Amino acid sequence: MNLSRSIRQAARGGGLPVVAVLVGLVILAMGLEAAGYSAADGLGALWRGSFGSWYAISSATLPRAVPLLFIGAGLTLAFRAGAFNIGAEGQFYAGAIAATWIGLHVGGWPAPLALIVVGAGALLAGAAWCVIPTILRVRFGVLEVISTLLLNFVATALVSFMVTGPLQESRRVYPQSDPIAAAARLPLLPGTRLHLGLPIAVVVCMALWLLYTRTRWGFRLRALGAGPRAAMITGRVPAGRYLAVALLGSAALAGLAGGIEISGVSYALFQNLSPGYGFTAIAAALLARLNPIGLLATSLLFAALEAGAGAMQRDAGIPSVVVSVVEAVILIVVVVADRWRGPGAGGSNQ
Amino acid sequence: MAGSGGRGVEPVTDFISLSSGFAEASVRVATPLALAALGEALAERSGVINLGIEGSMLSGALAAALAGGAWGPEWGLLTGALAGMALAAVFAAVAIGARANQIIAGTAVSLLGAGLTGAVYRRIFGSAGAALSIPTLPPLSIPGLDRIPVVGQALFGQALPTYLVYLSAAVIWYILARTRWGLGLSAAGESPEAARAHGIPVRRVRTIAVVSGGALAGLGGATLVLAQVGTFAEQMTAGRGFIAIAIVVLGGWRPWRVALAALLFGAAAALQFLFQALGTAVPYQFFLMMPYLLALGALAGRVGRVRAPAALGVDL
Repeated sequence: MNLSRSIRQAARGGGLPVVAVLVGLVILAMGLEAAGYSAADGLGALWRGSFGSWYAISSATLPRAVPLLFIGAGLTLAFRAGAFNIGAEGQFYAGAIAATWIGLHVGGWPAPLALIVVGAGALLAGAAWCVIPTILRVRFGVLEVISTLLLNFVATALVSFMVTGPLQESRRVYPQSDPIAAAARLPLLPGTRLHLGLPIAVVVCMALWLLYTRTRWGFRLRALGAGPRAAMITGRVPAGRYLAVALLGSAALAGLAGGIEISGVSYALFQNLSPGYGFTAIAAALLARLNPIGLLATSLLFAALEAGAGAMQRDAGIPSVVVSVVEAVILIVVVVADRWRGPGAGGSNQ
Repeated sequence: MAGSGGRGVEPVTDFISLSSGFAEASVRVATPLALAALGEALAERSGVINLGIEGSMLSGALAAALAGGAWGPEWGLLTGALAGMALAAVFAAVAIGARANQIIAGTAVSLLGAGLTGAVYRRIFGSAGAALSIPTLPPLSIPGLDRIPVVGQALFGQALPTYLVYLSAAVIWYILARTRWGLGLSAAGESPEAARAHGIPVRRVRTIAVVSGGALAGLGGATLVLAQVGTFAEQMTAGRGFIAIAIVVLGGWRPWRVALAALLFGAAAALQFLFQALGTAVPYQFFLMMPYLLALGALAGRVGRVRAPAALGVDL
C-alpha cells in the first residue's frame, strides 16, 4: 500500500526534475551564446568532464556526489520536519576540522578503528556546530534559517584560522594542514579516485528512506513539517524533540560529509575545500522532493554539473561559476512548479 | 584603550584621534549594512522575507564597479541600485508572482547573484580577475556639523551613501507611519487576508516593497565598492545581506532603530581596525567572525522583546 503509493508518487514526480534540468541547460546554452562563447563547445566540455569517460565518471563525478549525498540526506530530514538548515556548509567545515585533527593523531592505529573515530568525530562536530541554532529554534523560536546561515561564515573564518594556526602544516609555509595518517584514509577503488564513502552514503540514503516510509517516527516527522500546530495540538508529536533531532541529525550528516571529504579525497584541510556543497545539496534535496532514493539521482546530476564545470573552464575557457546560475535556475523551476512549501518563516518567531 | 596611553606620546590626543577614527570607521562600515537592512525591513514589514538580498548586494557591487569605472562613481551608485532591483524583481516574480516558498526562492536568488556576478566578472576580466581600481566617492562634509568632537566627522563627513541612509530611514519611517499606502503595507505584513478584504492589493504592495528594498540593497553593494574598497572581488559582500536580515530583527523592524542596529555592526567590524592599531596578538580571523557572532547574539537577545510582522513569510 505504502510502497505502491510511493512508486506512483515517484512516477508522477519524475517529469519535473527532467524539465527543470532541461530548462537549466537551455538557459546555460543561451547565456553562453549571448556572452560570446560557443554553447556547443561548453556543453561538450560539460559532458566530457562529467560522464564522457570512465575516468570522468569514477574520478570526477562520483566523488563529488558523495558529499552531496550525505548533506542532501540530512537536509531531507531537516526539511521534512520543517526546519530550514541553510548552514550545512559550516557544518561540513566543522566536520572537516574535526576529521583532520583526529586524522593527524591516529597514525599507527588499526585502520577500521581510525576510520570509525574520524567518522564519529566528524558527525559530532557537525552536530555541535548546530547546537546553538537548534536551541534557539526549539526553545525560543528564533529562525534557524538565519542562525545556521550566519554560522557558515564563522566556520569559514575558523578554517582559515586553523590552517594558518593550530593545524598548519609543519613547515608553516602553506595555509593547509599536514596530510592525515594513512590509517585515517578511506580505501579507494583501484585506478580511480572513488572511495568507500559512496557505498556508505547509499546505505545512509536507503536507511533514511526506510525511516520515512516504514516507521511511525518518519510519518510523524512529515506531519510535523506539514503543520506544526496541528501536530502539537493533537498531542501525538512532541514537536520540539522531533525538530531538534531533525536539525541535529542533518547537521551531523553534513559534518560527516566534511569528514569523509578529508578522509576520502583531500587528506588535508584547506580553505575552499567545499565548492559550495552545502548549497548545492539544498537544490539536490529539493529536486528529489526530499526523497532519499530520488536524491541518489539528483546528487549524481549536480555532481556531474560540478565536475563538468571544471572541464568547461579548462577546455572552453568558460568561467566555472556559471554552474551556480544553472543550479539557481533549477532550484527556481522546481520551487515554482512544485510550489514546495515548508512551514515558511512565519509562525516560528513568536 | 589603556594601551594607547602606554606608548607615551600625548595620550589624550592619541585617544581622541583613535576614537574619532573608530567612530568614523564604524559609520563607514555600517553604511552598506544599513542600506541593505532598511531595504530588507521594508520588504519584511510587507510580509516578505527576502534572503535574495545578498544576491542584490553582490550584483549592485559588480554593476557599480563596471558603471563607476566607465562613467564615474555617481552613475555607479545608480546602476548598482538598478542591478539590486533586477535581482529583487526575480525574487518577487518567484516568491510573490508564482507564490513559491520565500526561503527557497531567496536562497536561489542569492545563488543566482553569486553565479552571475562571478561569470560576468571573469568574462570581462579573465579567470584570474584583475585588480580593478575604481574611483571612489569623495567625502561630503556638512559645514559646522562636521566639527562636533569625535562624532562630527563620523556622521557628517562621510561620502554620499551615508546621507542616503539618513534619507531612506526618514522616508521609510514617514511612509510607514504617516501615509495610507504605508499603513496598507503594514497591513499586508500583519494580516494579508484582512488587508485584501479592505481592498489593499496585497501582492502588488509586497512586490513594490521587495523591489524597492532590492534597490537599497543594490545601493548597499555599490557603496561597498564606491565608498569603501574601490574595487570588486567575487563574493565580496561575504554574507552582509544575511547580516542585514539579523540587523532588521535587532532593530525591531523600525527604520531608525534598524539604522542604529547597523551602526552597532559597523562598530564591531571597526573594532578590528582599532585592535590592529593598538597591536594585538589575537588572530584576525576572530575579528572576522565577530559580526556574524554578534548577529547571532542579536537574534537570541531579541527573543520575546520584538514582534515580527505576523504574516512574515506567509503567502496570501
